[in-house]
Amino acid sequence: MKLPDLTELALRNLRESGLRNSLTTVGIAVGVASLVAMLSLGIGLQQLASRRLVKSGLFDTVLVTSRRDLRNFGREEERTGPAPGESRILDEPARREIEHLPNVLEAYPDIRFITELRYDDKPHLTMVGALPSSARSNDAFDGMQGSFFSSETGAEVILQKSFAAELLGKTPQPGTDETKVAELAAPLLGKELTMRYAQRAVAQSQLRGGANARAGDSAGKAQGSKSETAYSVISREQKLRIVGLADLDPESMRGPTRARVFLPLRLAESLHVMQSTDLREISRAAADEPVYSSISVRVGNPTQVQPVENAVKKMGFNTFSILDATRSLRQFFAVLDLFLGIFGSLALAVASIGIVNTLVMAILERRREIGIMKAIGASDADVRTLFFAEAGAMGALGGVVGVALGWAIGQAINFGTNIYLKRQALPPEHFWSVPWWLVAGAIVFAFIVSLVSGLYPAARAARLDPVQALRYE
Amino acid sequence: MSGSQGTPPTHGACTIRTQDLCRHYRLGDTLIRAVDGISLEVRSGEFVALLGSSGSGKSSVLNLVAGLDRPTSGVVIVQGRNLAQLSREELSKYRLHTVGMVFQSFNLISSMTLEENVELPMRFAEVERGKRQNLAHDALQRVGLVARMKHRPSELSGGEQQRAALARALINRPQLLLADEPTGNLDSHTGTEIMNLVRDLNRQLEMTVVMVTHERALAERYAERLIFLADGKLIGDQGNRSAAGEIKFQGERS
Repeated sequence: MKLPDLTELALRNLRESGLRNSLTTVGIAVGVASLVAMLSLGIGLQQLASRRLVKSGLFDTVLVTSRRDLRNFGREEERTGPAPGESRILDEPARREIEHLPNVLEAYPDIRFITELRYDDKPHLTMVGALPSSARSNDAFDGMQGSFFSSETGAEVILQKSFAAELLGKTPQPGTDETKVAELAAPLLGKELTMRYAQRAVAQSQLRGGANARAGDSAGKAQGSKSETAYSVISREQKLRIVGLADLDPESMRGPTRARVFLPLRLAESLHVMQSTDLREISRAAADEPVYSSISVRVGNPTQVQPVENAVKKMGFNTFSILDATRSLRQFFAVLDLFLGIFGSLALAVASIGIVNTLVMAILERRREIGIMKAIGASDADVRTLFFAEAGAMGALGGVVGVALGWAIGQAINFGTNIYLKRQALPPEHFWSVPWWLVAGAIVFAFIVSLVSGLYPAARAARLDPVQALRYE
Repeated sequence: MSGSQGTPPTHGACTIRTQDLCRHYRLGDTLIRAVDGISLEVRSGEFVALLGSSGSGKSSVLNLVAGLDRPTSGVVIVQGRNLAQLSREELSKYRLHTVGMVFQSFNLISSMTLEENVELPMRFAEVERGKRQNLAHDALQRVGLVARMKHRPSELSGGEQQRAALARALINRPQLLLADEPTGNLDSHTGTEIMNLVRDLNRQLEMTVVMVTHERALAERYAERLIFLADGKLIGDQGNRSAAGEIKFQGERS
């Protein structure tokens, strides 16, 4: 039989017992819908997670530290590289060199210090950090009040929510962090803070000369060259305008120490605030060239992290990135998708039993018809393909309806969840994704499952003995 | 009663030949010999009636000749081909192109219109769509049902249904028409109508007709040759002069 005839006969037969075949098709549709719903949820969640993580700047960032910094890394690192004492200092020339490595977008020092901020004449002690302008796209600023820094050098500051609460004298109960950012922002935005800090300044030449004169008596001339490392620490004040209030901590996952007040990076650099490493490297660093405890290196995309890390390691520094974490994350989602897929397929498996049942019933019902067709010349293959076509048509139709249904379910859940998120004052999220390959794959899968389900009934129909079938009333 | 009368000389070569044809069924512990060693020949263009009471094996013989069933032993040769040796696929092709069948219960497909029923064998024969409609129309015209071609079988009388079944049996231009009690479900008037049609086909298209019936009167009126069966065995084979004469008479008239 030719394909158009086959299709026509199959559809006619499906229409004949319309209710039963519709119910079977609905069964397939529900199965496909559950499969599509499950998988698109898995895919959507994965996309949401990676979107979030990429935005967080964790996956395109390499943290560089000196080997001389013995706090963070294990003995393994100490043994494999050059001895910490002989390794390079992480200073400005090193930063520039790293910045010129291929694929590196920027390399900026991590400046952070604990200092005192005065607001309303009350002192508040906290950790202050510096942010490059690229941090603007960080998702921590999604729900921020006010604005990001107007320039890299502006005397401006962004506060973290909890610190803002502290400034206003509100002490949130632990565990019930229900204060809205907007409430805190209203009285604070545009106000001024005074930051008191310790500036590291190159020692005045006359002071240095005087020191030389005094030291020269006891230690001799050898001491003279070292005098260039001398610097002084001066107490300074800087007025800062509050421009923004962020809900989340933009560095919550990055550093071990959590800053609650943020300055523009260039401003922070120009202040020459005393850093802990200044003391550690006091014997090495030139007085006016700062030494960094760590440098954050941003690369073009996550795939370039590994080569950049290797290049930096070759320079003699320690590096750290969260690439390993993404690897296990991807594994997690693969397993999640697999399980969601299996649960989704269960419904389809039940539906396929429905197809077998419907077609076997159809054979009993249409026994006589099959006998007639054989008597007037239908071959086994004609009968078999006819039943196949009926199964396939139910599968394809169920697949199409099911994908539409699954998509609708997804939209509904997405909609409902976003209403919930809105009520919780969280930004809306799109965590439902139905990619085209899932649409095509689900329909093809439903079609194939239906054909497989049709195998047995079709073979049985084809084997039917026409003489017996015609005798059957 | 032996077939001493012979067949009219107008008939051509042997179309159907069976030799020691047997078809045995096992029903529980008992062996049923539905067909038990039948040897007969039917010539091309002959109109033969198979007569016998129910259970005599006449329908079984017809099914064997139709290629719907396979013999337990013996041979059944139609147009030089031994049906017992054909594959299932070849048998279906044989049924499609060589044989047309009509049944007591008409056996039209109830979900299809008359036109679609008549078209169905052409679908299996993969005849072009455009050609099919013309042929179906012609066949329905021959049996006088063009006005009813868009109706479903349930909307028609028994006689009309059997006429549609005849049109379907002819559609692939077979040489052999096999009829299993074609008037069994019809009153005598419509039965006569159908039999006249069958006789016309036998004459005009020179189709070989083998008809199974238990009505001797009907057989004597239309068939040129009567074959009697009982308990699966051939018990008589005789020419039928009256029917042959009638054919001659009608043949002369046309």
